Amino acid sequence: MSSSLRWFIGLVVTAAAPLTFAAEVALLNVSYDVARDFYKDYNPLFQKFWKAKTGESIAIKQSHAGSTKQVRAVADGLEADVVTMNQATDVDFLADKGMVAKDWTRKFPGNASPYTSTMVLIVRKGNPKAIKDWSDLARPGIQVILPHPKNTGNGRYSYLAAWGYALKQPGGNDKTAQEFVGKILRNAPLFAAGGRDATTTFMQRKIGDVLATFECEAELIAREFGRGEFEVVYPTLSVLTEFPVAIVDPVVDRKGTRKHATAYLEYLWSREGQENAAQNYLRPRDAEVLKKHAAQFPSIRTFTVEEVFGGWSRAFPAHFKDGGSFDRIYAAK
Amino acid sequence: MSRRSDVLPGFRLGLGYTLAYLSLLVLIPLGGLLLAGASMTADQFWTIATDPRALASYRVTFGASLAAAAINALFGFIVAWVLVRYAFPGKRLIDSLVDLPFALPTAVAGITLATLYSSNGWIGQFLEPLGIKIAFTPLGIVVALTFISLPFVVRTVQPVIEDIETEAEEAAASLGASRWQTFVRIIFPAVFPALLTGFTLAFARAIGEFGSVIFIAGNMPMISEITPLLIISKLDQYDTPGATVLAVVMLVISFLLLLAINALQWWSVHRYQGEPGELGPPRPVAATTGAAA
Repeated sequence: MSSSLRWFIGLVVTAAAPLTFAAEVALLNVSYDVARDFYKDYNPLFQKFWKAKTGESIAIKQSHAGSTKQVRAVADGLEADVVTMNQATDVDFLADKGMVAKDWTRKFPGNASPYTSTMVLIVRKGNPKAIKDWSDLARPGIQVILPHPKNTGNGRYSYLAAWGYALKQPGGNDKTAQEFVGKILRNAPLFAAGGRDATTTFMQRKIGDVLATFECEAELIAREFGRGEFEVVYPTLSVLTEFPVAIVDPVVDRKGTRKHATAYLEYLWSREGQENAAQNYLRPRDAEVLKKHAAQFPSIRTFTVEEVFGGWSRAFPAHFKDGGSFDRIYAAK
Repeated sequence: MSRRSDVLPGFRLGLGYTLAYLSLLVLIPLGGLLLAGASMTADQFWTIATDPRALASYRVTFGASLAAAAINALFGFIVAWVLVRYAFPGKRLIDSLVDLPFALPTAVAGITLATLYSSNGWIGQFLEPLGIKIAFTPLGIVVALTFISLPFVVRTVQPVIEDIETEAEEAAASLGASRWQTFVRIIFPAVFPALLTGFTLAFARAIGEFGSVIFIAGNMPMISEITPLLIISKLDQYDTPGATVLAVVMLVISFLLLLAINALQWWSVHRYQGEPGELGPPRPVAATTGAAA
């Protein structure tokens, strides 16, 4: 064979070589910061399930950061097949940009949230300041630790929980709620940079009398700092926090992974997925699994953001955008 | 003087490359920033820029940065002087420690400082009983900014101190100058431009600092909130034009301050020396000082 023919054949074989490999399907799951442990446990479960069901190997990559930064990255071109967030506002942002279906809440059961959590109060061992409810956070002399209520999802949920609590008191309206929440904010010596920073400030630096955070954080605190170091106080009324998931349409259509992405998210509602949620101290939607783990999930009266505030699309501009109630509280000082 | 042949390829290529490089890295991104802010009307721009919380944050950011840069100018000079003029065991170690704030990720620095200065931290536990609260106050912000901008002053001033001829000091001493006079008339004028450069760099670094400040600041609106946090806050609300308003304000204030410092530097160079770069003996202060060098 002439050398140029050999060269040509070699080139064709090399170019065709990648096509001969079974192309492994890869999904990118763009998620919020503290979901690391959850997906570290969940992904192998799904991979096993998918392999058993279709014989196909599937690779799942995770990306974790602050939820708002993540959706901005997805809107700017990060090739996420699915997004799994901790606030509806972030998924709504993608829906506005056309990256997620406008009716994403109806694509999966339970408002597209496979598990829920709620906001609880963490106090020192023995509860020396006798903190029982949100009203105790507004007492003079109590120091409240929470992450920045305007900038962090964790903080925003606590803010709305306290606001909703005040609305439900006799004679409660937006004005009294704003005063009440204002009192709580004034009892905060600082605003932590994030949920974990708030936990560190409360537990390690021993600042503050009470920490308002997600119920699932309580388990983390127990594992990190020891169960004897703190107590969890369940308020009489709290907000139900939801963790919406959605498929990013342009990406799955381009990559041809819609079937895989849909199955990946649907599996969150399966028995294994719900068990995994319970293991990570997130309240599963499945009533049976929830009952099985009733010991770690005391019953608590909760309201949803939809019920009290008309959904995040109303609550967010009303409270957390510039000019909203948070800014008004500080302007009035 | 005839032009020597340059080691690097000629003027035109050099200039072209410089312009292209600066444009890509500096001018185009800044231009994009200004364009993004241009979508607002002047009224909207002014309202966002002069919001009380924004004004408070400028005070905190620029005030703390100026304080940190000033502290570093004084103590960084002393550190540089000691490192150049004296020999002692462990000198190399301390010299490399000066670069530590460069190497440390800013978030790590922030968390470390917050832990140290909080009420049960190694340092904070002694200061709090005295009533000095550092963590989660504007004072904490100054501490964090001082930490991360220290190397700028030390590293800028060190080479200049090395270049000062000790003969000039000996000559001054032999002419009857006291130590203070020698310092004020001979050493300080030679070092001042470099000190200003170091101050400028430290200040510029401190204004933009986010990761190391956010953990120790406390972030209370009107009290300990820095402007970068407000910018992030606006971005978190998907309000990019609002964020660019604050960014443009920071840019303008920084530019004016840097312009003022540069003018001061230019004045000092021309007052005390000949052309910039010449570190010759200073001009005689009084004509009657007859003894010539």
